[in-house]
Amino acid sequence: MLSNTRALLLCAVSSLGSIVAVPAFAQDFITVASTTSTENSGLFGYILPMFTEETGIDVRVVAQGTGQALETGRRGDVDVVFVHALPAEEQFVAEGYGVERFDVMYNDFVIVGPDSDPADTRAAENAVDAMTAIAQAGASFASRGDDSGTHQAELALWSAADIAPEGAWYLETGSGMGATLNTAVQVPAYALTDRGTWLSFENRGDLTITYEGDPVLFNPYGVILVNPELHTHVKAQEGQAFIDWLVSDAGQQAIAEYQVGGEQLFFPNAQ
Amino acid sequence: MDGPFSIAIGLIASGDPALTGTIALSLKVTLTAVSIACLIGLPLGAGLALARFPGRGAIVVASNALMGLPPVVAGLLVYLLLSRSGPLGDLALLFTPTAMVIAQTILILPIVISLTRSVVEDLWSEYREQLRSLGAGRLRAVPTLLWDGRVSLVTGILAGFGRASAEVGAVLIVGGNIAGQTRTMTTAITLETSRGNLGLAVALGIILLLITLSLNAAAWGLAQSARGRLG
Repeated sequence: MLSNTRALLLCAVSSLGSIVAVPAFAQDFITVASTTSTENSGLFGYILPMFTEETGIDVRVVAQGTGQALETGRRGDVDVVFVHALPAEEQFVAEGYGVERFDVMYNDFVIVGPDSDPADTRAAENAVDAMTAIAQAGASFASRGDDSGTHQAELALWSAADIAPEGAWYLETGSGMGATLNTAVQVPAYALTDRGTWLSFENRGDLTITYEGDPVLFNPYGVILVNPELHTHVKAQEGQAFIDWLVSDAGQQAIAEYQVGGEQLFFPNAQ
Repeated sequence: MDGPFSIAIGLIASGDPALTGTIALSLKVTLTAVSIACLIGLPLGAGLALARFPGRGAIVVASNALMGLPPVVAGLLVYLLLSRSGPLGDLALLFTPTAMVIAQTILILPIVISLTRSVVEDLWSEYREQLRSLGAGRLRAVPTLLWDGRVSLVTGILAGFGRASAEVGAVLIVGGNIAGQTRTMTTAITLETSRGNLGLAVALGIILLLITLSLNAAAWGLAQSARGRLG
């Protein structure tokens, strides 16, 4: 019946120009699970084109929190993980999900808060003191609360201060770094953030860095190839090529070169 | 700082390839999902309207309820299905546009099925006698009824398009928001918000709304001209 064809045409009209989407196999690529801090800071946008030009391997980055990124690696959904939570990374390798962890670079965490600094963290002697001051003053603190590397670093500080963070002042956003900073700007609240995300963050409002510089705030990034013996589809050769490049002189130099607003964000430290 | 409107206009005027790529991918994914949902949902919805079988009521209620399926849940289910550790892992579809099409199809399908069933049911009860006198049984009546209800059906299909093009939870999980590969308008808006680029995020939102607006205007125009021809 003619009307039958016409009814189907309704769909065709609404799908004008659409083609069934298929994944592109034309070019070599690897998929990397990494953290919101590396993606949001723009580092990948700067260094990945250099790697692709040198090797012809395209790198597809899925930006997640460290906890989620490691889980994605455990399930074998990516070839490489590039994250920052040393104990969790070592566990990932020890459990056989990853081959070996390589140091790549570090940046540091800073405490940001309202410029008025109600908890007087500027006077703190170290990072643990600063966190203690926030808790004792009952000043609002916005936590990632998402098992990310930053969240794990924050929990380690509370634990070192012997404080169980809870109460009306402690706000768990359960979101990424940027979303948590957006919340902190509005409250306003203190927050722990990596310096890279902070420097490239555009919506700072009244927030400023109120505490920085304690070596305990050191934030190392590691890169790990997902175990190809466990997940046979892992592109071991291409993935390892990416890792080798990151720790090579060329990769390390590219990382050191990347700046936002005249400031270097990441410091290469491959062995 | 520029306002979102001037950023949006600047972005459109610049013809930025990253932006046009993102728009093209969003449209491709959502329109493909809408097409597949129509191919499955229109006949299924019509069949559900006309057929009588045990358990029909349960299916009707289920398809109505699934219109409220949270996108993030649909995304999670597709993720677990397509993950390398999941049953369909060997297809290597996770973090591809195809995965996003599957997730959006699941979101749209209940809308198309429920709406088609409702429209066809009403038309059937209205025209049953006439269609029977013309010798058309239930099955033969399906194309006629679908054609007759096309204006209402287009509205439903547009609702489906709106649900799919506006959602971010599912495509973020199954697509991964990979630049140049699976970054859609909505995941780009989420990313820019998290980077604190609120102006750019709103600008992208304005562009997405403009696209949705033009598609709806086109569909409305088509429906009007169809009505006009019928007199």
